[in-house]
Amino acid sequence: MANLKPLPCVREFDLASDSLRQLNSYLHHRAAGDGVAEIRVRNPDGAHSIAVGLNAPLEVHIHGHVGYYVAGMNCHASVTVHGNAGPGAAENMMSGRVHVKGFASTAAGASAHGGLLVIDGDASLRCGISLKGADIVVGGSVGSFSAFMAQAGRMVICGDAEDALGDSLYEAVIYVRGKVRSLGADARFEPMTDTDRATVKGLLAAAGRAEDPAHFKRIASAKSLYHWHADANQEY
Amino acid sequence: MCGIVGLLVKNPALRGQLGALMVPMLTGMTERGPDSAGLAVYTTPVAAQQRKISLYSGERAVDWSALLDALAREFGEAHEIAQHGNQAVLTTGADADRVVSWLTRTAPTVAVLSVGQSIDLYKDVGAPADIAKRYDFASLQGTHLVGHTRMATESAVTPKHAHPFTAGRDFCLVHNGSLSNPHLVRKRLEPLGIHFETDNDTEAACRFFEWRLREGDDLTQAVTRGFSELDGFFTFLMGTGNELLIVRDAFACKPAVVAESDDYVAIASEFRSLAHLPDIAHATLFEPKPEEIYSWRI
Repeated sequence: MANLKPLPCVREFDLASDSLRQLNSYLHHRAAGDGVAEIRVRNPDGAHSIAVGLNAPLEVHIHGHVGYYVAGMNCHASVTVHGNAGPGAAENMMSGRVHVKGFASTAAGASAHGGLLVIDGDASLRCGISLKGADIVVGGSVGSFSAFMAQAGRMVICGDAEDALGDSLYEAVIYVRGKVRSLGADARFEPMTDTDRATVKGLLAAAGRAEDPAHFKRIASAKSLYHWHADANQEY
Repeated sequence: MCGIVGLLVKNPALRGQLGALMVPMLTGMTERGPDSAGLAVYTTPVAAQQRKISLYSGERAVDWSALLDALAREFGEAHEIAQHGNQAVLTTGADADRVVSWLTRTAPTVAVLSVGQSIDLYKDVGAPADIAKRYDFASLQGTHLVGHTRMATESAVTPKHAHPFTAGRDFCLVHNGSLSNPHLVRKRLEPLGIHFETDNDTEAACRFFEWRLREGDDLTQAVTRGFSELDGFFTFLMGTGNELLIVRDAFACKPAVVAESDDYVAIASEFRSLAHLPDIAHATLFEPKPEEIYSWRI
């Protein structure tokens, strides 16, 4: 007898008629048990907080533009936005993957601890602010104050960066392919090593991108703000 | 928080639907601004020698036809009043400054909301959907509009503190954000004879830009000057008789999304207020960059 496998099951929500609460409640309490291969969301129409707080290896596809905080606090799940994202996409993500096919508004990936955030288009200001261990790959450019006070994790920017990139960086590392309008305090360009090139290659591959790792520059902390200098008289 | 909406129709065939297209934009911003709402709509201009004055009577009933008779006795010229509940648009052939000062003396309970050739202004307290119904926003026609839903953070919730703010002729401004130096701006403008009606921070920005326009700046020059004079957070959306302009501060803390198609330019704080617009799937969407000025003309 042939080894018959059940057809992959897609569960669809249409936010023109289904409520956001119904969708998120299903994602939190039922989806993992149902064993669905994919949860598909239609007509998000800029709604806030779609697919926040997921805690299971779900595959979620959102077809359209979303509002604030999509996939915030994501854990284990893979969430793809086939459109643009509002402020705070994947903020505080713990693990899993969030992929925005369009552009992302301010503070994408803010404070994310783990997982991978991919933005195919541009990211606005403060992308990866206070990054705590996640990886971010931006296909386009990032706005000012990106990676501000980023503590851990890696950020790959295929386009340009605006002002104050990496201001007050801790241990996070930034790789940029294009122009940087200005670096933030205590951020500096450093030579690319083979390890850096391998890191960039791996992250680009994970994001499905084909840029050449040799074209990226490394930015990391000069660590002059790491310790309080009583003699500096607050003049940094 | 606050919500802003703007709409300019490029396709003249859509001018009749301007209000109907806008109402879901405005009500879509209710969560950002549930306590008051307002709208400036730019219509076909009145004749060159005429001016339109938008009036608001608040809770007090006004005998508009008696007001019309009194205006005719005082100024002689033909006047018309189009009334929508406690709001009315007065069209006058007399000197608008004289009419406004006469109204202030003769009908002190009637507030002047705007003066110009094409601007009509509505603002009131309450939920945006209720205000839209109260003034039948869905029936409004025109070329462009500027709307706002308010969540007050720095001054009282009254119709006068609602946005849009106006100054001069056919100029209005709405604001999402907060200014930290409105009193300094006011201190600078008042000695120049510029009169303030409220203690609202946005009014300072509105009067600053209008003063610059009278001093000969175009709107883009006035806004550029504002970058060094106005301190605080802002997304400003402004209207003149033939222009719609949006600008965000250097930190772009307050959101804005623009959708542009061959038929229209639509602006809102968030995409959810644009999602219903015709053929939105094919419109170009973008977020205005910090301190970049975007403007469109009718």
